[in-house]
Amino acid sequence: MFGNSVRGDWILLLVFSVVVLTLPITLAPIGAAYPDLLQKFAIFGLFAIGFNILFGLTGYLSFGHAAFLGVGSYASVWVFKLFTMDVLPAVMFSILIAGIFALVIGYVSLRRSGIYFSILTLAFAQMSYNLAYSVLTPLTNGETALQIRQLAPADRGPDYVLNLLDEDLRLVDQMFGVVEHGIPITNLFSLKMSGYPGFYFCAVLLIIGFFIAMRISRSNFGMMLRAIKSNQTRLNYTGINTRPYLLAAFVISGMYAGLAGASMAVTDPLAGAERMQWTASGEVVLMTILGGVGTLLGPVLGAAIIKYFENIFSSINTGILENLFSFLPSGLQEVFVVVVGMFVGSGWHLTLGLLFMIIVIFLPGGMMEGFARLFGLFRRNKNDPAAPAAASGEAATETSREQKTSGEG
Amino acid sequence: MTKKTSNIATRRTILKAGAGLGAFALTSGVAPLHFIREAHAADYCNKPTGKTVTLGFNVPQTGAYADEGADELRAYKLAVKHLNGEGDGGMLSTFKPSVLKGNGVLGKKVAFVTGDTQTKSPAARASAKRMIEKDNAVMITGGSSSGVAIAVQGLCQEAGVIFMAGLTHSNDTTGKDRRANGFRHFFNTHMSGAALGPVLEKAYGKVRNAYHLTADYTWGWSQQKSMKESTEAIGWKTTKTVKTPVGAGDFSQYITPVLNSGADVLILNHYGKDMVNSLTQAVQFGLRDKQVNGKNFEIIVPLFSRLMAQGAGDAIKGIFGSTNWNWSLKDEGSKAFVKSFGAEYGAPPSMAAHTCYVQTLLYANAAEMAGTFSPVGIVKSLEGFKFDGLGNGPTEYRAADHQCFKDVLVVRGNEKPTTKFDLLEVVEVTPRSQVEYDDKMLGGSLGPVNSKPC
Repeated sequence: MFGNSVRGDWILLLVFSVVVLTLPITLAPIGAAYPDLLQKFAIFGLFAIGFNILFGLTGYLSFGHAAFLGVGSYASVWVFKLFTMDVLPAVMFSILIAGIFALVIGYVSLRRSGIYFSILTLAFAQMSYNLAYSVLTPLTNGETALQIRQLAPADRGPDYVLNLLDEDLRLVDQMFGVVEHGIPITNLFSLKMSGYPGFYFCAVLLIIGFFIAMRISRSNFGMMLRAIKSNQTRLNYTGINTRPYLLAAFVISGMYAGLAGASMAVTDPLAGAERMQWTASGEVVLMTILGGVGTLLGPVLGAAIIKYFENIFSSINTGILENLFSFLPSGLQEVFVVVVGMFVGSGWHLTLGLLFMIIVIFLPGGMMEGFARLFGLFRRNKNDPAAPAAASGEAATETSREQKTSGEG
Repeated sequence: MTKKTSNIATRRTILKAGAGLGAFALTSGVAPLHFIREAHAADYCNKPTGKTVTLGFNVPQTGAYADEGADELRAYKLAVKHLNGEGDGGMLSTFKPSVLKGNGVLGKKVAFVTGDTQTKSPAARASAKRMIEKDNAVMITGGSSSGVAIAVQGLCQEAGVIFMAGLTHSNDTTGKDRRANGFRHFFNTHMSGAALGPVLEKAYGKVRNAYHLTADYTWGWSQQKSMKESTEAIGWKTTKTVKTPVGAGDFSQYITPVLNSGADVLILNHYGKDMVNSLTQAVQFGLRDKQVNGKNFEIIVPLFSRLMAQGAGDAIKGIFGSTNWNWSLKDEGSKAFVKSFGAEYGAPPSMAAHTCYVQTLLYANAAEMAGTFSPVGIVKSLEGFKFDGLGNGPTEYRAADHQCFKDVLVVRGNEKPTTKFDLLEVVEVTPRSQVEYDDKMLGGSLGPVNSKPC
């Protein structure tokens, strides 16, 4: 689509920004233009972009990225509780904490590669989840989830027992004399971070995150990561120590996850342990594969599709289906409602599973490979009308590879 | 990009047309799901402007409390039917004082949207947000877990819609986490403890050692605290309290230590599938056949529901607990509701279904009384509202904490059930005066009503 040039990258970034910022208008016809879902698109897009830096570029499949997401959320909520409801300190603190956390886990896990690495990360994530759920409850509030509360009374005596899970301090806000009525809402320089402003905040983070990922992908560092993916042994033989590169990629992607976790806390200041569950880690793997591993746009696209299914398909109930098929004769209508009903509502996982299977079997490069193939068909047709209409499997992989190197996205 | 134009339909144009058709089919297919938000200056959040008013039913459809959630949803659908004048009207005819006419609410047909809370706070909030932001729901109701109810209640307060709590039993919902936009009809753990205390004293005596297994979240903590207080008040000792994760599935590792702890009573502060599992396992481990300190070992389940009893089978026989409502009650309201629910679904309603049905009616009636759906109006009509005929006898929505006060039922697992639903027998109806408490006892404050436009 765009050449591997600096200009092409800037155009890509511009188009991406415009598309992201106009989502509230463009998604309205498919019923997805409401703040909560849009926020999720942006947040999980960010999460998936970060994950792709590790998985897409180096080929190291982490099954524990949700741990960093959860750590980011908890860190943010604690900043909200202790210091200020302004979101910037919380976001920065979360990235920092998630980065440190990723450094520790990465240092240990990256001693192995392949399936062993995946299992190690999975084990760490599961450990974090259990710690958050039932061991570190003074820090995480367990099942009830860490939440913003009302301020502790200002005139508390010396023998007042402060319970930080049930009452907040917000020292910085109090220093500036912020008056709170009930439970406060997160803000960015007193701009409320719920609803659409919250979405635009996340969207700007997504665009920045996308830009950074693009620069990493085009840099020498990115090239080194790709080299690790294609043949790490050869790199080792040439005398290059790959571990620092891998660890850097791991920490960067962990920080992305921390940022995503912080954005979640910004738009809804509540941090629960299920954010760290292995299903959440698996979800980001699905998103990346669905969209296209190693591509820039793929993970964002995959995240949007999965979140759309989760929120829209799961909310379709039989009443809506009956309306939808009301044009059919009554017998046929019931059959349709029953059959389609299995794929929507609580059965939305079934639809997603089918979609995932189709993508993995027919388009191993994800949605982006699908687009690349379509694009390739036109180009082939234009340049050489005699070329066979149906591209053989080999040709398709070639196209997708060509697409990857010549500026995916 | 194309240099030459040709009249022949190229692959590109065909594909374009195909994609266009596909997109059209998709949008026209999904369009009915989407409500277009009208750009108008409403004076409160999600003011209904069309012919319908939308309510949001947010219940667990997956997870440890899914059975209760499914029954709640049945009750909500029935309530909507009755409000719209379909079916036999159920408790609409016994509800007093009521201004409901069975023609919708304030002349608008009642519509509803549903969501799955997954028994998780973040998922529940996301689902409630969708209902408020996308479907323009003016009221959110549901929940089968106090953790979820408190989280969603907080969200509704922020958003400026009314929250009518479904099954939530923790003191905190209308205690330290009470909110002006939230209302609870269900009873709480303090009431359970206060009602159970005297009954337990009569049945098991004053000298007992209790061992608690407690679901590790707000409701479990609250339940444990209330049971500890009420049992210690009658002279019992507390041997040990152990917290168990929600949805643990296997409780054997928590039950084995009970055997050698010297305790002679096990109090299971569990609910839903957790209670079914822990109780069944406790019975399988032979706890109830044991003699400790020269007394029969006893098990108590403070919050009991017929759905759980059904899941636990024979294990529940003779076990004490408390409940908000039971279908075997013989007052006019209960009879009308059981008849109507049974005719619709072929099974009697659970207490979760009952409280959700009642909450929907109470909300509709409050809107009708206030002449508006605005939260300020609803809160004004509901605060201090006294009513009868909804299955619990005379009931009052206390203004200070938006908690309903009414009689509490102490029940016991039926030794000889006559039908597969006849699982609980009502041992005692504890009068309201015995379970009432000062509204400042639990801490917290309602704060201002949020009736701002969203």
